[in-house]
Amino acid sequence: MAGPKKAGAGNRLERNDRLIRLALLVVAFSAVSVLLVITVFIVGQGTPIMFRYGFKSFLAGSDWYPSEKLFGLWPMIVGSLFVTAGALAIGVPFGLSCAIVLTEFASKRVRGLIKPVIELLAGIPSVVYGFMGVVILVPFIRRTFGGPGLSVLAASIILGVMILPTVISISVDALQAVPPSYREGSIALGATRWQTVKMVLFPAARSGIIASIILGMGRAVGETMATIMIAGNAAEIPRSLLAPVRTLTSNVALEMGYATGEHREALFATGVVLFVIIMVLNTIANATSAKRRKAP
Amino acid sequence: MAIIEVRDLDFFYGKFQALKKINLDIERNRITALIGPSGCGKTTFLRTLDRMADLIDGVSVTGRILIDGRDIYAPGTDLLALRKKVGMVFQRPNPFPLSVYDNVVYGLRVHGLRDPRALEARLIRSLEAVHLWDELKSRLDENALRLSGEQQQRLCIARLLAVEPEILLMDEPCSALDLAATAAIEDLMAELKKRYTIVIVTHNMQQAARVSDVTGYFLLGELVEIGETRRVFTAPRDPRTEDYITGRFG
Repeated sequence: MAGPKKAGAGNRLERNDRLIRLALLVVAFSAVSVLLVITVFIVGQGTPIMFRYGFKSFLAGSDWYPSEKLFGLWPMIVGSLFVTAGALAIGVPFGLSCAIVLTEFASKRVRGLIKPVIELLAGIPSVVYGFMGVVILVPFIRRTFGGPGLSVLAASIILGVMILPTVISISVDALQAVPPSYREGSIALGATRWQTVKMVLFPAARSGIIASIILGMGRAVGETMATIMIAGNAAEIPRSLLAPVRTLTSNVALEMGYATGEHREALFATGVVLFVIIMVLNTIANATSAKRRKAP
Repeated sequence: MAIIEVRDLDFFYGKFQALKKINLDIERNRITALIGPSGCGKTTFLRTLDRMADLIDGVSVTGRILIDGRDIYAPGTDLLALRKKVGMVFQRPNPFPLSVYDNVVYGLRVHGLRDPRALEARLIRSLEAVHLWDELKSRLDENALRLSGEQQQRLCIARLLAVEPEILLMDEPCSALDLAATAAIEDLMAELKKRYTIVIVTHNMQQAARVSDVTGYFLLGELVEIGETRRVFTAPRDPRTEDYITGRFG
């Protein structure tokens, strides 16, 4: 009599388990399907116009006058590249130095002070960065170097700061993942701390550091609000660091509100270009960190 | 004459005393083995000899260690020069994740040698000294992590020899190796002793008996006994040593 009863309870539990598993699976897939929907939607909305006008005139055309049916994205592509390169030029040296200090040189107390501050930096909304840029950095650039102030330089500096948390936290992880025995081996041979960092730890953590840079790059390419506020947004190829610039993301955000018809499609096409760039960067980042895990 | 003289050495991790009044002399061109149960200070002692032990926060050291007559704990001691002279082989082979070449010349570069021909000459000499040259001469660009465990440990020894140390500290250098590899490394030690002074920490009493000239027994942070290896193993003076080597505990 006891036997079947027990089996019944077991069956019920098993059924519950199956149900829960199914529910979780649905939730997990819905997250994936959101990505799928976005992809399909953007590509569906954005590519027809590219075919109609030709990829070349779209990607390489340097005039963006939607009212005259001129949809050249080249200035925005260049703009995104400039601003991203500028952000990396500022963010990477600072970020890596900070990561090295945190892992190799800082005392526990200093580390305890700096780490939360960096995490806080990641939590500040981008509009606040933009605001700081507008009220402090832009006037400063205008006064010191001339030009409108709203410029490639301003955007690079602000984005450089904004990518710091990404660069720092991922390269700190990479440096901390280096086995302590490498450090010991190097110090025991009479190497200084800095020699150890430069000659052993950096090569050992290289793939993780590269991943941190690429993810920072993705952040800089994708940032919109701060860029709109401080980059000046002129849809033309910037002639200098002090010239205003418009990025791909700004292009979409600035004009989506009132765009209709082909103009709207062209903005979706901008999104497609952006999407491809981000995908490529993420793939590279994943590939480098996968290589790290596979290494002996 | 003794190359290392240790006088009244005390070592603390915070409040825990890991070494208690250690006194000993280590002679040139001999192999000194330090035996004893784990956690009794052997490795800590070894690491006081190249000042690696006091890298950790919260440790304190009193007493003196003289190497070639100079106190290495005196203020202003050049630690980089000390560690060049006193090299360490670790428990687990720890080649850097670089090429074989870069591993062997690492110490030389660190100490400022740049001339490629000089580097090459030292590379060959060091690899020959550990009998790796023939095996590896065509694999110098390969990542050292791809070598076998024994090769890695030999490479680590070669990496040390390249900077021409005088003293080799070995912290259970065979514990990650199989029997054949252990025998090979032991043979190598016997050869190296002609040119270097070796201090080896080992768990393995047979190994101490096989390779060493002098054996010291550490127990609970004390150096209980030290003397000629044969004498320590056949006629220990301290009953605690006798208990240990006869296998009554440990």
